[in-house]
Amino acid sequence: MLSLKDVTRVYREGRLSVTAVNNASLTVGKGEFVAVTGPSGCGKSTLLLTAGGLLAPDSGVVTVNETDLYELTPDSRSQFRNEHIGFVFQELHLVPYLTVRHNVMAPALVSGKAAQDRAIELLDEFGLADRLSHLPEKLSTGERQRTALARAMLNEPSLLLADEPTGNLDAENSAIVLRHLRAFADKGAAVLLVTHDPIAAEQADRRITIRDGVIERL
Amino acid sequence: MKLITLVLCEIRHRFTSFVLTVLSVAVAVAAFVCSYYLLRTDELKTEELLTARQQEVEDAGSKLEDSMRKITKGLGFNILVLPGDQDLGELHAEGTPTTSMPEAYVTKLASSKIVTINHLLPIVAKKIEWPEMNRSVIVTGTRGEVPLAHRALKKPLQDAVPKGTMIVGAELGRAKDGVAVGTKIKLMDREFVVTKIHEERGTADDITVWINLAEAQEMLKMQNLVNAILALECNCATEDRVAEIREEIAAILPGTQIVERGPPALARAEARNKAKETAVANLAAAKAGRKTIHDQRAKLAAVLVPLIVIIAATWIALLTLLNIRQRRSEIGILRAIGLGSGQILRVLLGKAAIAGVLGGLLGLAIGFFVGRGLGDPLSAEAAAGLGMTGPFLVALLAAPVLSVLAGWLPAMFAAKVDPATILSGS
Repeated sequence: MLSLKDVTRVYREGRLSVTAVNNASLTVGKGEFVAVTGPSGCGKSTLLLTAGGLLAPDSGVVTVNETDLYELTPDSRSQFRNEHIGFVFQELHLVPYLTVRHNVMAPALVSGKAAQDRAIELLDEFGLADRLSHLPEKLSTGERQRTALARAMLNEPSLLLADEPTGNLDAENSAIVLRHLRAFADKGAAVLLVTHDPIAAEQADRRITIRDGVIERL
Repeated sequence: MKLITLVLCEIRHRFTSFVLTVLSVAVAVAAFVCSYYLLRTDELKTEELLTARQQEVEDAGSKLEDSMRKITKGLGFNILVLPGDQDLGELHAEGTPTTSMPEAYVTKLASSKIVTINHLLPIVAKKIEWPEMNRSVIVTGTRGEVPLAHRALKKPLQDAVPKGTMIVGAELGRAKDGVAVGTKIKLMDREFVVTKIHEERGTADDITVWINLAEAQEMLKMQNLVNAILALECNCATEDRVAEIREEIAAILPGTQIVERGPPALARAEARNKAKETAVANLAAAKAGRKTIHDQRAKLAAVLVPLIVIIAATWIALLTLLNIRQRRSEIGILRAIGLGSGQILRVLLGKAAIAGVLGGLLGLAIGFFVGRGLGDPLSAEAAAGLGMTGPFLVALLAAPVLSVLAGWLPAMFAAKVDPATILSGS
């Protein structure tokens, strides 16, 4: 499903350079829920962006469903992401002028699928049925997080990447989000969760620690 | 969901920025439409004024021409074609020509292509003592005007005098012998019926009798001869009228000479011709003046309109840039969820295109009404010929193109930005 092999990513600015991910290798199989933990600035988010085809590594290979992401052209990679990868960002990045329903349907802009029913179904599952026409600014943090999660799941991707999805949530909302990630993995998708919350990490099938860009324990 | 939904939602969300873009386009379009409208109305107004002035000049010209025609006609025949050997001193002393030339000359003249004279009247004239009346009289024989072969028939200045009839001058009509219309009178043993007595003319005509040419030739023993051919010069604009007449007649009838009668009246007619020329020249000067003003305005518009368009385009580009900076996160997430650079470009430029269409319509309305307010009022007829449909269509099509082109560069950069740069930044 997801495979990172000897992936290194270095950030450079002038003479300074920081190795965010250093020779990392990992795999996440179908139906597997993997948590990546580690302190702030250790390279978790870089690992996630690289795994999602958003940040090309300096070296190493990233494959999703046997496709080498960085061999694709940027537009083909975008298309591939739309069909196979779902993202949940820590900052959520909901489109501020779209309603909850339209935010969830946004991935269908590319696929052109009739996504209305699927979006409503997901929002119903996430307890947002009464928030369909609301703008993100009218939602609570937990509701926004669930909206972002529903958006990531709209196209039923085979790989779901979540960056600190419970970071700003209370216990109740964190539990809801983690339950849905678990359920999504149980349906057969690969889920890679980046978190520094030990409770969240405990929900995963497998836990990986990363420190100074190096994966320490598999 | 479709891309247009995304575009419309974004417009609603950042409405002020959108309104500013629409206004920028509207200003550029309004400047173009207003300038065009003003130039066009100015052009039509000029045409309208000049047409009216031209009509006035033409009317005045027609009046002058008619006046001159009447004057020259009133003069009667003012050109005398005389035998080449006629002594002019003798002519003036006697009041009639004293030599003769073949009557066939008039036929030759009439069948030529002569243009400087018309109304040809061959005469024989001789001053005699009227034995029956015991007084001097000028006997003039005339057969009526000979029409010019290459010209349309004109109403004759003088009708033919039928045989056996006589027309007499005013002085003879006043004579104590009781000459009156209808009376029979004898001249050189021939009897004539008086058919007309002329009004007083104050010339030798007052002591002239007009009879038929053939009878006069017989009585004066001048068969197939004439003393003169009278003619009326044409109303032609020439440098030296008489010289041209002389030249043309000399080429047709070499053994003749030309004398002009009544120059003061002709000089007056010429002065009027000059007045007409002056009016035409004034009209031309007015046309040139209006054209200069129009050209100056067109030059100004040719500089101002592109300048306004460039400023508006720069402003639109800046607004698009600002808009894109505000939407960095949104563009990043759209890229992350799979939108390609082409789709991002369409989202950004779709907004610019909508702003262009709305700005075009708004600018069109503003430009038209401002132009109408500032421009000279036109008559309904002139307004119908304004022909604004073409420029309006150009403005409507160019507005979205301008807007899209202005936003193209910043949008292209935004579409190419790596989403990770945006998302990882947070």
